[in-house]
Amino acid sequence: MTKEDVLQNIEGEVASNPIMVYMKGTPDFPQCGFSNRVVQIFRQLGVPFEAKNVLEDPQFRYILQEYSNWPTIPQVFVNGKLIGGSDICMEMYENGELQELVKQATTAEKQ
Amino acid sequence: MMEPQEIKNRLEETFEGATVLVEDLTGTKDHFRVTVVSEQFEGKSLIDQHQLVYAPFKEEIGGPIHAFSIKTYTPEKWEEEQQTKIQ
Repeated sequence: MTKEDVLQNIEGEVASNPIMVYMKGTPDFPQCGFSNRVVQIFRQLGVPFEAKNVLEDPQFRYILQEYSNWPTIPQVFVNGKLIGGSDICMEMYENGELQELVKQATTAEKQ
Repeated sequence: MMEPQEIKNRLEETFEGATVLVEDLTGTKDHFRVTVVSEQFEGKSLIDQHQLVYAPFKEEIGGPIHAFSIKTYTPEKWEEEQQTKIQ
């Protein structure tokens, strides 16, 4: 797969999933505390999300980082837009902004 | 590995007049939590604020720095936070 293919795949994934999480490991077996934190937040909110393990392909994470201009993993996209990593998710969860954003994203999907 | 003091210096250069706290979370100089209080965050989204903090470490993150946790405050927000802690 060329880099362009990978970039296109990422574009497709973030466009077709209201909540898309790029993480280390899987939701059931996270391989990093920060990735785990993001999974726990969305599970706590009780909303479905799509997750992709960036460790499956060593090249992938560098292409993702280039796509998003964000240097760390996890990365959370809501409605196609990067909202940040685990620190931002946690802060937005604590102040209620994440709940609001997720509600909008999942409602939009039903329409 | 990176010296916490070097991280602090670099952030203080980037954010003039900012309050900067750097914690070495594991004692191994590669997992850090940084707190930056700066007027430059005024009116910016969280993601833009964090991008500004990441920027001076583009070379090190993913290399000598394994984890880089960020907390940003405007001076006003920081003041509020301190008040809450006291209460």
